[in-house]
Amino acid sequence: MAPVVPRSGDAIFANVERVNSELFTLTYGAIVRQLLTDLEEVEEVNKQLDQMGYNIGIRLIDEFLAKSNVTRCVDFRETAEVIAKVGFKMFLGVTASVTNWDAEGTCCSLILDDNPLVDFVELPDTCQGLYYCNILSGVVRGALEMVSMKTEITWIRDMLRGDDAFELQVKLLKQVPEEYPYKDDE
Amino acid sequence: MQFFGSSEISPSPPLPTASGNNAHMMYVFNRNGVCLLYREWNRPLRTLDSNQDHKLMFGLLFSLKSLTAKMDPSSVEKGNLGVPQLPGQGCSFHSFRTNTYKLSFMESPSGIKIILVTHPKASDLRESLKYIYNLYVEYVVKNPLYTPGTPIKKLLELGLDFTSKAFDVRVDVQISEAASAMLFCAQLIIDLLNLIWGEHYLISFYLEDKVRVVYTVELN
Repeated sequence: MAPVVPRSGDAIFANVERVNSELFTLTYGAIVRQLLTDLEEVEEVNKQLDQMGYNIGIRLIDEFLAKSNVTRCVDFRETAEVIAKVGFKMFLGVTASVTNWDAEGTCCSLILDDNPLVDFVELPDTCQGLYYCNILSGVVRGALEMVSMKTEITWIRDMLRGDDAFELQVKLLKQVPEEYPYKDDE
Repeated sequence: MQFFGSSEISPSPPLPTASGNNAHMMYVFNRNGVCLLYREWNRPLRTLDSNQDHKLMFGLLFSLKSLTAKMDPSSVEKGNLGVPQLPGQGCSFHSFRTNTYKLSFMESPSGIKIILVTHPKASDLRESLKYIYNLYVEYVVKNPLYTPGTPIKKLLELGLDFTSKAFDVRVDVQISEAASAMLFCAQLIIDLLNLIWGEHYLISFYLEDKVRVVYTVELN
């Protein structure tokens, strides 16, 4: 099969349906606001955002694969590059950069200079433990799980808490190869 | 997904068959072996019941994939036969042909497998399979009412709601001429669907304005 060159994130971004970014930002803000009102505990909200992101991620991966035509990534480095350059561009319209590789190549950081979710947002003092963009960590985790990679994703730097950029640490725990699902009973 | 005949789903050029129907069967599996979708258009012989048929198909493809990956002369040896592989990794076969049919296969890295059984003279169907995968994404993955990992049963289309179940007939109509025309229409649609798909459908039909027709057909 002739290898199909993955289209760059820009080309795909130009082709997919887009929504107004302020609408997106305000909707996300409304969701977080509502979660805070319903759940009241900041930790609970963080968990809920992660779970919502996970549910999004398991569906998002199919759309990503269908539209971007990437073939299976050979190793985790390539995976991280693809997520940062093609994935983020396609869905959020911003690219991330990949840095801080550890010695084995299983842990890296994605740095987002520009994050459309946090436009106009300030965290009040009562919500200091909140990871506002936690949905993104859930999305990446869910998407990677559907391509057989178990990962752990945490926020290292968060601009809403006073740091200078958004840094997401992606750590590969293990690759889960697929097994024959039917038991040998029939 | 609107599968009223294979000509809509296959962008490949038309083939020299008398009936005009190029595809015989289609299967969509997910990574756990659940058959998400099975459609047949032309299948004269059925030897197994559908569960066993799906298992057989899935098992066949799983083994074939494994075998072809291990026999790949261009890659470095990676373990013995039977060692599980990641979906999409290594080489993957894309079709096999017998004297009576051709089976085309596509697997996405997320484990979604699409299989199309067609006439043996069919050309390379990889583009068609990609097109089907795109349709899957648009109409199934993006459907908020669909639970990933379950068979695709419900089709949402405009104001008509189709599901397949087994149950009783019940008609509830508020009289007007428009209503009886709608009833007739709905009956036609049901007959057509039964003809195409051989399954029984529930149709709930709601008209927005003064006339409200609730026509639910439940079949045993």
